[in-house]
Amino acid sequence: MSLSRYGGVSSMNGVAVSRQSKRQRWKRNSGMRLLFLLPTLIYLLGIFLVPIIYNLVMSFRNYTAASINGNAPFIGLQNYIDVFRMPAMGQTLVNTIEFVVGSIVFQAIIGMALALLFNRKFPLSQLLRTLLLIPWLLPLIVSGTAFKWIFDQNHGVLNAVLLHLHIIHAPLGWLVSPNLALISVIITNIWVGIPFNMVLFHSGLQNIPEELYEAAALDGCNKWQQFWSITVPSLKSVIAIVLMLGLIYTLKVFDVIMVLTGGGPANASQILSTWSYDLSFQNMQFGQGAAVGNIMILISLIFCFIYMRATRQSEVN
Amino acid sequence: MIKRKIHLTIVAILVTAVMLFPLYWTIISSLETNDQIFHQPPYFFPPTPEFVAYAHVFVEQLPHLQTSLIVAGGTTLLSLFVAAPAAYAIAHFRWRGVGALIVALLISQMIPGVSLANALFILFNKVGLLNSYLGLILADCSFCIPFNILILRAFMESIPKDISEAALVDGAGEVRTFASVILPISKSALITAGLFAFLFGWGDFLFAVTMMTQDAIQPITVSLYSYISQYSQSWNEMMAAAVLASIPAAFLLLVSQRYITAGMTSGSVKG
Repeated sequence: MSLSRYGGVSSMNGVAVSRQSKRQRWKRNSGMRLLFLLPTLIYLLGIFLVPIIYNLVMSFRNYTAASINGNAPFIGLQNYIDVFRMPAMGQTLVNTIEFVVGSIVFQAIIGMALALLFNRKFPLSQLLRTLLLIPWLLPLIVSGTAFKWIFDQNHGVLNAVLLHLHIIHAPLGWLVSPNLALISVIITNIWVGIPFNMVLFHSGLQNIPEELYEAAALDGCNKWQQFWSITVPSLKSVIAIVLMLGLIYTLKVFDVIMVLTGGGPANASQILSTWSYDLSFQNMQFGQGAAVGNIMILISLIFCFIYMRATRQSEVN
Repeated sequence: MIKRKIHLTIVAILVTAVMLFPLYWTIISSLETNDQIFHQPPYFFPPTPEFVAYAHVFVEQLPHLQTSLIVAGGTTLLSLFVAAPAAYAIAHFRWRGVGALIVALLISQMIPGVSLANALFILFNKVGLLNSYLGLILADCSFCIPFNILILRAFMESIPKDISEAALVDGAGEVRTFASVILPISKSALITAGLFAFLFGWGDFLFAVTMMTQDAIQPITVSLYSYISQYSQSWNEMMAAAVLASIPAAFLLLVSQRYITAGMTSGSVKG
């Protein structure tokens, strides 16, 4: 099949090469052609497949600091049982769900609002839209550092402004109070994610034909009705993609929380990724860290599967 | 009509100002002295812009900036070197199993870095790659290579097959066709992919903090992180360090904003 199609293209070019020699060349080339993919295959094997399998193996072993240069006894599912029995597990799972849902809902709503704004033509729109990409391009550690200063209890600008406006009457410990730490890291993460959502929605909006809106306007639809009856249905697959990618990428977030709270105080802002790091690199329980890491991989794979079905559907449409 | 459009511009300027406020605050805080920074109510514009914080921080952070430059540069080169031929092969050769390879690439992009870092730490320790530039670059490439292949493939699929066919018929080998015909045409896509690889390598914190256990190789991200835990009151210096760490992002945005928007959409939407 592939061979005949390959031949067909050349003969369309009107080049007189006999079929026989072309087949020989193809055979000779196929070895050469594998070279193009070889580095990637080696890479996927060495940096993804082997580590993922190794993570699985580690999660079934009592892998501690001593195991790094020694041995790690097989303990079956004990690591998984242990992490689920830890008091931190319940809170971490609830935090992770709140963090992921809170982040993507607000990122998507604000991102969509900005995309709609920038979909209209007005002076300076291009410059301002470019400036809005900055939060997404900065190293996450930098954004985290900036917010750590803004949220600072005694000298941060957020408390200063809120006190000045008499919205609060005493400085709030945004990052040190167990009730506020998670909200603070969610706010920071929303800020980081808005540009990405904006860009994806904006490119989706540009594919909606203008005539649809003109026809709706003639029928007497107001802007709000147009949004729900034209924009949202037209963007259905884009919305699905944005939400799925949001889920997968938010689950991975690590830097922002590390720099703002380190998962504290007392696990108040701990999510699965920071907890896995703590178990492995602070407690030196690499087996337990691997177990939590594998739970994250499993969740990602489920959403990845849904994502790929959504993109396939969007291609069919 | 014009009036209405100006009205939109004002709304957009206000929104942009709110969104960029954290950045503004970082920059003005870096230009204040330590007394000014604790002034109540806070100054919304530095009363006497000073560069004392930078003077101190720059000398201290220079080695870390250098380390970041090496790591980000290495990540860019290695990821392009691996990804470009693969993207060409996927786009132009008709293999069986290409669909499966693309799915594998998509999945690999979505594997949480923490899970990977956990195993890579142990494996790199066995083969002596901890605390080495090569180890960190290899790890940083883990997310650039799949991303680069997907971006470059989308572009290379738009190159007409006749072009490479013609070169092949003229007697150029596959490698020469790729190097002297395909790569030059793909310049803009290569720049986009390279930019993102550079930003990722520069911004990486996770792999550096897990695998560079000694202080010898400490990129600016890790150095900024440890700065925060050590000098928790020198906010002006921390902000100056944060500004220094953002220079490449700002520079790349200025030089090549069109590539950045292109990259943000092409890597994610096409499955």
